[in-house]
Amino acid sequence: MKSGSMVEITNLRVRYGHREVLKGISLDVRRGEVLGIIGPAQSGKSTLLRTINRTIDDVPGAVVTGAIKVDGEDVRQLKNVFALRRKIGMVTPLPIGLPLSIFDNVAFAPRMAGLRDRRELAERVERCLRHAALWEEVKDRLHTLGTSLSGGQQQRLTIARALSHDPEILCLDEFSIAIDPVTTMRIEDVLRDLRSRMTIILVTNLVQQARRLADRTAFLFNGELLEVDRTEVIFSHSPANRKTYEYVNGIFG
Amino acid sequence: MTLLMVLPLLLIIGYLVYQAWPILSLDFLLTNPKHGMRAGGIWSPLLGTLYLVVISLVIAAPIGVLAAVFLNEYARDNWFTRIVNLAVVNLAGVPSIVHALFGLGAFVLFAGLGKSILAASLTLAVMTMPVIIASTKEALAAVPMAFREACWNVGATRWQTTRYVVLPNSISGILTGVILQVSRAAGETAPIMFTGAVFFKAIKEGHVFAYGLFDQCMALSMHLFTISTQVPDVPKALPYGTAVVLLGTVLAVNAVSIVVRVRLRSRRRW
Repeated sequence: MKSGSMVEITNLRVRYGHREVLKGISLDVRRGEVLGIIGPAQSGKSTLLRTINRTIDDVPGAVVTGAIKVDGEDVRQLKNVFALRRKIGMVTPLPIGLPLSIFDNVAFAPRMAGLRDRRELAERVERCLRHAALWEEVKDRLHTLGTSLSGGQQQRLTIARALSHDPEILCLDEFSIAIDPVTTMRIEDVLRDLRSRMTIILVTNLVQQARRLADRTAFLFNGELLEVDRTEVIFSHSPANRKTYEYVNGIFG
Repeated sequence: MTLLMVLPLLLIIGYLVYQAWPILSLDFLLTNPKHGMRAGGIWSPLLGTLYLVVISLVIAAPIGVLAAVFLNEYARDNWFTRIVNLAVVNLAGVPSIVHALFGLGAFVLFAGLGKSILAASLTLAVMTMPVIIASTKEALAAVPMAFREACWNVGATRWQTTRYVVLPNSISGILTGVILQVSRAAGETAPIMFTGAVFFKAIKEGHVFAYGLFDQCMALSMHLFTISTQVPDVPKALPYGTAVVLLGTVLAVNAVSIVVRVRLRSRRRW
């Protein structure tokens, strides 16, 4: 694995119309680390992820300035945005099973990227479902609808789909919002397995989740990056910023 | 109260069929009108209507559906698309007689097609297209945005997203909208009267390709008007028979649309 930064964000500003949601953020995500991003609602966490895989392009009225490099390439100069998105697995807050079979849900991205070989597809689907800790539950009904799974299963299906195009970065945006604590723990175990294989950016509204999983944690507040440091420091008694201490200890937020 | 809604329909159908009964037969469908339209069947208007509807649909449906796909899936929300959307909505509300006049000017005279099946079909296509665009857009918009975002997130292109996720999940709505326009095209009289339908024309009986694209044709709706009001001493059953066939065609098309919708919706999966 190459060393250095997987994602380099320099002075990133995003506004929707006149409302500035990211106010000049500079942040590096190191190769192979788990970076937790915490912060109250409306602090720009999801927007940050959207700028990384450039789905921000599809948000009407969004204006982006600053630089974002993924794997050394400036994503804002990229011609082939689809290749960029294939490098990044994105897990959204609400589980989205596409209205396809479980198999097709996971095989969707490889197929769109041009993979046709049945055997290879089947292997890929099994591997991704195993990584997402869903294989055992669904292996006998791969051809039933993805949308018929329970919420927690659908979220793992979403993760399997996010892994299906072999991403180098996995972004999770508050993945536990719609699922119960037990399933959340299962998925956290999944993430612990995955951390050796890829860079993970974990946006979460549960500060303890960042504490459990992240190597480093960034605290985003009102569109500004107040602090980023090793997770132990953020959760210690003396993070650099007073606000960080108050937020992780539930004094506000 | 609800039954009161069904009653008029049943009465209309019952009365029509009762009046038309003596004349209804396969022969009625397959022979030309005869003796100054006081006898014979409805072969040439029936085939004419069929031609007009099919050709207009072949023109309007692909263009309309693709336009809606563009507007809903590709176009950004800017002043241009807003104007286009506004134009579509307003076009859908233009009275058919105005479309008729437009068809006369644009296709018959300006494009030099003359009064012909092609000109009439084009006019019908112009009339039905905005409604097809509107109904297709609605069907597309009913597919949750989250599905599209999930596809984009894994690197699918707009077209892949549209082709593999959006269209399969909106096809029932799209088809319903298209098919309903069939019955509208079949029933309209004004647009074809100006652009391609004639008072009387005998064609080869029982021969499906009896009309050419640049021929004029008869049509059921106009034939019904003619024999009900313009020709004296028509046997009573004749216009009723024509009405039954016209109504039957439209109802059959509607029934097909319902079946299609139900079958496709049962495959819808969220």
